[in-house]
Amino acid sequence: MANLSPLRFQTRLYYVLVALGGLIVLIGLYAAHMMEQHGHIITGMNNQIVWGTPHVFAIFLIIAASGVLNVSSIGSVFNKPAYKARAPLAGLLSIAMLAGGLTVLMLDLGRPERVIVAATNYNITSVFAWNILLYSGMFAAVVMYLWTMMEKRMKAWSKPAGFLVLIWRFILTTGTGVIFSFLVVRQAFGTAILPPMFIVISFAWGMAVFHIVQSSIYAWNLKILDEYVQKRMRNLMGLFVIAALYFVATYHLTNLYFAKQTEFEQFILVSGGVYPLLFWVGYVLVGNLLPLVLIYHPAFGKTRSVIAASLLIIIGGFSLLYVLIVGGQAFPLSIFPGYEVSSSFGDGFIGQYSPSMPEILLGLGGVGIAFLITAIGIRVLDFVPREIPKTPLK
Amino acid sequence: MNDTNVQRRQFLKTSVGAAAVAIAPGMLLFDMAHGKTEAVSNKVRWGMLIDTANCADGCNDCVNACNKENGLSGGLSPTDSQWIRKIELKDKLTGRELSLPMMCQHCENPPCVDVCPTGASFGRADGIVLVDKHLCIGCRYCMMACPYKARSFVHEALHDQKPDVPRGKGTVESCTMCVHRVDKGLQPACAEACPNKSILFGNLNDPESEISRKIRTVASIQVRADLGLNTGVRYQGL
Repeated sequence: MANLSPLRFQTRLYYVLVALGGLIVLIGLYAAHMMEQHGHIITGMNNQIVWGTPHVFAIFLIIAASGVLNVSSIGSVFNKPAYKARAPLAGLLSIAMLAGGLTVLMLDLGRPERVIVAATNYNITSVFAWNILLYSGMFAAVVMYLWTMMEKRMKAWSKPAGFLVLIWRFILTTGTGVIFSFLVVRQAFGTAILPPMFIVISFAWGMAVFHIVQSSIYAWNLKILDEYVQKRMRNLMGLFVIAALYFVATYHLTNLYFAKQTEFEQFILVSGGVYPLLFWVGYVLVGNLLPLVLIYHPAFGKTRSVIAASLLIIIGGFSLLYVLIVGGQAFPLSIFPGYEVSSSFGDGFIGQYSPSMPEILLGLGGVGIAFLITAIGIRVLDFVPREIPKTPLK
Repeated sequence: MNDTNVQRRQFLKTSVGAAAVAIAPGMLLFDMAHGKTEAVSNKVRWGMLIDTANCADGCNDCVNACNKENGLSGGLSPTDSQWIRKIELKDKLTGRELSLPMMCQHCENPPCVDVCPTGASFGRADGIVLVDKHLCIGCRYCMMACPYKARSFVHEALHDQKPDVPRGKGTVESCTMCVHRVDKGLQPACAEACPNKSILFGNLNDPESEISRKIRTVASIQVRADLGLNTGVRYQGL
């Protein structure tokens, strides 16, 4: 059987990595258990910063889960053979990251054991409730899509299934953005630019994750990625990074123009301590400028540069989400515009937050889940791209 | 009348009597447990008018009364629950200073109710906004959505709770307008405790109530009225 498999994993390394992934998942689950037992008092979250590090991890994973499907869409819907060969792997990654992200979100609830209530008592006006349907529908749609691609008799259906997934993920990422854009009173949120911004950002982050996974698989299997494919995918990732930066810039520039928002922008871009630092260094420099140099500069652009660029894009992604989610809550609500306010409940003051170990471990546990699903998935099923190289062999 | 008929009537009488004796205490207890059987209706809209001119700087009587009534610890750390708090304000341009109590504004269109995925946040017909502690899953989306920072999350296990005020670790809570007192015909604890009678509680839907008469004659505003939430709590002198 073994020689029929398209994979030639370095078996020992594979088991070590799976065990490591399993350990990270277990530690994450233990962290969640501690949070449930002691309450959120052991996290850094409080009544002002109500969503913290777990949400940064979860939203990154969910956004990337949607974006990685771009590879599938370009293949199945727009008929690009280089991407078509990669569509199953993209589908697997999407399911894996969605599972990881949702697990983190669920385990961070104050009462995770009641999560079933979200299904039995459904509030139709809640975008959170809509997202429950969007996420479960996404699982179903992607599984169906994978089936049409992997089962020969279903091949004819793979294009319509791919189309469904394309539409569904657009709605899903819109839904994720809308969670924030519906928050009318929060100065960081409450704007309709967030859903499209999340969609474009998802393309960049999804592509970055895909590059890393693809390169790892190829390296393990001693396969060499076709240069033509590498170049195409690399340039596309660069384009997505630029587009995402454009949306982020537009978001801040619009805010800067509104007098009522300038204090918030001053905080998030200049005076807010860790938040401006993460924005300018973490997101703009590490997450955009460096990757763009690695992608487009003629001296770089080879496999290692692309992997490095992808890693930097992911670091930039976490930075941006931290600034948006945590920084957005740290800035005080404007309850009495025009007044200086103070109270025993932090009114008028910047909220304090430092991530605690249980939160970070829970978040990493989500990444561990995504890793495990991917690693086991590509081992037991045929997810590795197979194609005839376009670049002539030297 | 023959004997059989008499006996039968006797039997029926005794049975009905016995049934009544058996059921009555149960009915009585049921009634006691449920309080008023009459459902709340939207004929009433409970509200408050807070006179900021009379609200003394440094006075915390309303906050203390709320803590006592609802079994809150009174702790002031960022993870402690504060259902009502005093805010000190200073007009940035004119320098005018004032002090006022801030709590759930019991909106007619509450953002917390809109965003709650399970319907745990709900508005009663009489305008009081509450959290059903059995449905709340602790997602904290309502805290993100509330314009008044009125909600607290229970970050750790609670002890010595009040039987009338259900609370629970891992759920969100806020001012209930002392619904357990209001349903008994009493005033909310904060309104009763205010030494200057700065918190006027009453039925906004009754044109003859004191609060309705007052808001017809004095200038009062809703905080962040621009949001269009139609709050049940109004402020005078702001």
